[in-house]
Amino acid sequence: MKGPETLAQQEYVARQIQRHRLVSGIRLLLLAAILALWEISAGIGLINDFIFSSPSRMIRCFLSMVSDGSIFYHTGITILETLISFSLCVFIGIFGAVLLWSCRSLSEILDPYIVMLNSLPKSALAPILIVWLGSNMRTIVVAAVSVAVFGSILTLYNGFNGMDPDQIRLIYSLGGGRKEVLFKVLLPGSVPLIISNMKVNVGLCLVGVIIGEFLAARAGLGYLIIYGSQVFKLDLVMMAIVILCILSAVLYQGISVLEKKIKRQRTE
Amino acid sequence: MVPKLEVQALSYSYHTMEGETQALSDITFSVDTGEFLAVVGPSGCGKSTLLSLICGLIRPETGKILLDGTPVTCGDSRIGYMLQKDHLFEWRTIFSNACLGLEIQKKLNSGGKERVKKLLWQYGLESFSDARPSELSGGMRQRAALIRTLALEPDLLLLDEPFSALDYQTRLSVCDDISTIIRDRKKTAILITHDLSEAVSVADRILILTSRPGRIKDTVTIQFPDKADGPLARRNCPEFSSYFNEVWKILKDGI
Repeated sequence: MKGPETLAQQEYVARQIQRHRLVSGIRLLLLAAILALWEISAGIGLINDFIFSSPSRMIRCFLSMVSDGSIFYHTGITILETLISFSLCVFIGIFGAVLLWSCRSLSEILDPYIVMLNSLPKSALAPILIVWLGSNMRTIVVAAVSVAVFGSILTLYNGFNGMDPDQIRLIYSLGGGRKEVLFKVLLPGSVPLIISNMKVNVGLCLVGVIIGEFLAARAGLGYLIIYGSQVFKLDLVMMAIVILCILSAVLYQGISVLEKKIKRQRTE
Repeated sequence: MVPKLEVQALSYSYHTMEGETQALSDITFSVDTGEFLAVVGPSGCGKSTLLSLICGLIRPETGKILLDGTPVTCGDSRIGYMLQKDHLFEWRTIFSNACLGLEIQKKLNSGGKERVKKLLWQYGLESFSDARPSELSGGMRQRAALIRTLALEPDLLLLDEPFSALDYQTRLSVCDDISTIIRDRKKTAILITHDLSEAVSVADRILILTSRPGRIKDTVTIQFPDKADGPLARRNCPEFSSYFNEVWKILKDGI
């Protein structure tokens, strides 16, 4: 298939690689610059490091929490809660969308309620959830699910309805029923949509988990942030926020990897 | 002899909140076994509605549709339906796309698989069995879609402008290809098209519909010398243009 590479092709590839390196280099430089500026400003007293913390203070705080293991405990709790609520969201999202699709009257009846619940700021529910379910992990998971699940149902349901009606006619003309339409067309055709929906959901679930932990937890990164701000340990707050940043990036990347894997599997 | 398909006094209307639109009115015709019927008419004359009715996807308001003397049902396994687009699914290989109908009718046994394999081989697609639809040309995709339909061994084939999504050159050759396959297998077929030359080049008989609501305006029987056995050969016959003009004239009158 491939002939020898022409000079123009080699030049193109070299240019692309160079560009890629430049972008990654500047990215790293930007991070280093922010950290250095922060550290130096705190060091020379330009900003109060008691309030604004500093990279070195954060690292010290991190290391002390690593030595007593508490950081792993808190991060682990947040990850666990996020994964539980994320899985529930994906499951309930798909199931709910299928249910709405399979019964048109049901979807027409429920439509305004779902739209309303979707646009309702879910943090408003958190206090009620604490009263109803108690100050525990259950409340946090329910809060996180409530943040993401309604949007997820609506997105998937609209995706199902947006399928080419001729593809559905094809199934009927081959003698299939609604079950075949669902399993041969809608679900396999919606895999890209389901994955892009998962990408949104994992972020939303993290938001929900942190909201929940703010209000109803004795562990987790959200708890560390609230606790740290109340006792004025801003090092702890900043460190927890940085860990959250890394965590959300890792979770998002995890789904991207899954997406690539599925894409490769489907085209082989 | 009992005709293969009998359509009697068929009428159909679409209902919306804004009102009623009559799509078809009092359609009566029959198709004999092995016959290739083409249906032409101005756009919006209910051609596609007619096919949906014949294959049972929608029910007639009045009138009857009998295939071999019994009424058609939704998803009737005696009828194969080819749509405008091939609708091959990208998440399936060509082989598993071709097996879709068998899979849905729960007939995907070793015999069915063998039949699909043989069809793929016969129509030059065996080396693309494991390929994805996007790797095939438009013509090959349409052939794969035909195999998906033929695998169910239908008695009657319904073709709903199956070539209209293709570019002109591909269209000529695919039309040649598909209609030769259908004739070789001695299938009864109904082709819906808005392309008069396509209708004249493949059909034994042409049914001409009026604009909405669709009524039968006229039928033209097409006869070519035996040596002109395919659509491309027919297009080169002197009879071709006289049939074309005849159909054209009937269509144009009273529009």
